Amino acid sequence: MKDITLLAIESSCDETAAAVVKNGREVLSNVIYSQIALHTEYGGVVPEIASRKHVEKINQVIEQALADAGVTLTDLDGIAVTYGPGLVGALLVGVSEAKAISFATGLPLIGVHHIEGHICANYIENKELEPPFVCLVASGGHSHLVVVKDYGEYEIIGRTRDDAAGEAFDKVARAIGLGYPGGPKIDKLSKEGNPDAIAFPRAKVDENEYDFSFSGLKSAVLNYLNGCQMKGEEVNRADVAASFQKAVIDVLVEHSIHAVKEYHFDKFAIAGGVASNSSLRKAFEERCAAEGIRFYHPSPIFCTDNAAMIGAAGYYEFVKGVRSGYDLNAVPGLKLGER
Amino acid sequence: MKILGIDSSGLVASVAVTNDGVLLGEYTTNYKKTHSQTLLPMLDELKKMIELDLSTLDAIAICAGPGSFTGLRIGSATAKGLGLALDKPLIEVPTLEGLAYNLCGSNALVCPIMDARRNQVYTAVYEFEEEPDGSLEFKALPREVLAQTAMDIHELLSQLEKLNRKVVFLGDGVPVFSEVIRKECSVPFSFAPAHVNAQRAASIAALGEIYYSQGKTVSAAAHQPTYLRKSQAEREKEERSAQSV
Repeated sequence: MKDITLLAIESSCDETAAAVVKNGREVLSNVIYSQIALHTEYGGVVPEIASRKHVEKINQVIEQALADAGVTLTDLDGIAVTYGPGLVGALLVGVSEAKAISFATGLPLIGVHHIEGHICANYIENKELEPPFVCLVASGGHSHLVVVKDYGEYEIIGRTRDDAAGEAFDKVARAIGLGYPGGPKIDKLSKEGNPDAIAFPRAKVDENEYDFSFSGLKSAVLNYLNGCQMKGEEVNRADVAASFQKAVIDVLVEHSIHAVKEYHFDKFAIAGGVASNSSLRKAFEERCAAEGIRFYHPSPIFCTDNAAMIGAAGYYEFVKGVRSGYDLNAVPGLKLGER
Repeated sequence: MKILGIDSSGLVASVAVTNDGVLLGEYTTNYKKTHSQTLLPMLDELKKMIELDLSTLDAIAICAGPGSFTGLRIGSATAKGLGLALDKPLIEVPTLEGLAYNLCGSNALVCPIMDARRNQVYTAVYEFEEEPDGSLEFKALPREVLAQTAMDIHELLSQLEKLNRKVVFLGDGVPVFSEVIRKECSVPFSFAPAHVNAQRAASIAALGEIYYSQGKTVSAAAHQPTYLRKSQAEREKEERSAQSV
């Protein structure tokens, strides 16, 4: 079969990214311009600032991705672009840019779901991984437990009822004075703390055994901090971070392993920004080894928002014949499996 | 010289192609649909209709702001994508100058106003001078009497009073502020009619020809819109730090 090389573009949140990917699994280039420093002083992503930065940087990022891959537009077979979910103003920059390049070159356009991208990030470094498997997608905006039935075929069996896992990390980090982004900072501080020091709750959602809820946990942490303050006790921030993180990880691991067993799969993968959390990886590695489940995870560079994963997902949509028109719009609330 | 003009800065989505002073085609809509869904299909339609070979374009003229933040970015990212893929430069035409050029040759002052919310308008004031060499062709840009800015509508009206000349208003700010203007404008005024009172890519492309002949182009990579306003988060942060000083 002929090689398929795609240019992929991602601008759904605060990373402006472009990549060139061959046959969905071989990354020829992966360029990410991260805006994190810009948003840090606001304690989170400011959509208007993010959108402005995307417009400013997008051509440089694309040109760099083409140069790094040693290709020109004429060597490509298509353009893949994230069209949702995400911040609408941010998404529109990548979508408008990708459509214009598609129009000017005649290359086919493939609109890609951001979460599908995160899941497909696992294909890049695990050449043997093929569906079906269960995938946990956890990031600042998403917490989904997904059954990957086939390429491009997904069933969401669990989702968060309130805060996303990464969101809970950000909020707790702010409460203990660590700042944004919370995930990496809590991960780091946790290494100095005792994860069993404070008994934070592990929330179960009654109606759906696979759903998550993190707002109760977040409140428990805030209550604990308030309690300490009122009693005049000094807070051991490392213990709070470690105990909170353990509570999140316990729930993610329990739900995920339960799903893998119930669906009788032997493969499990994680994806999304939270998937680069070192303690989370370790917990899954140990548990999957004990249960005889093969565990897959992307390198941190493919966990964060990036375009290589969009190129991976775009490839499988491309070979299925999916094509988007020049009227492709950004869909901020796009559901997985919808077009 | 073949120029593609694009304007999606306001309620209107518009694309046009000019070639050496001739408008080959223009497609303008003012309808509910989002620019993201209309702009490129319109350009595709226009391209087919006039059998445009994109590689023959000399430059892409983009309405560069101010305007709707999202609208500007849809136009800018489209122009940047075209510029990148076709390896063509961009021409940044200020939104209000583009609007004013709809009324090129007017004896009155031309005052485009765009609704900028918070009781403000994006506005500027232009006049059209006769060509200094006495020729009958317009080769010069509109002369800026008031540079484009965001200001209170009342403030604008008092500035116009000082200029003490007849003025024509146009732009999507007219229906929003026509009551205020009728009540408070002390100089003779009129409102531009339907075919010239909103953004038109033909004006962007025609101005683009002048800019291009003056060598005023930018690379597709360097272009970004002029918003004339910071994001709300930045404004609030500045207010907070101003209070704390």
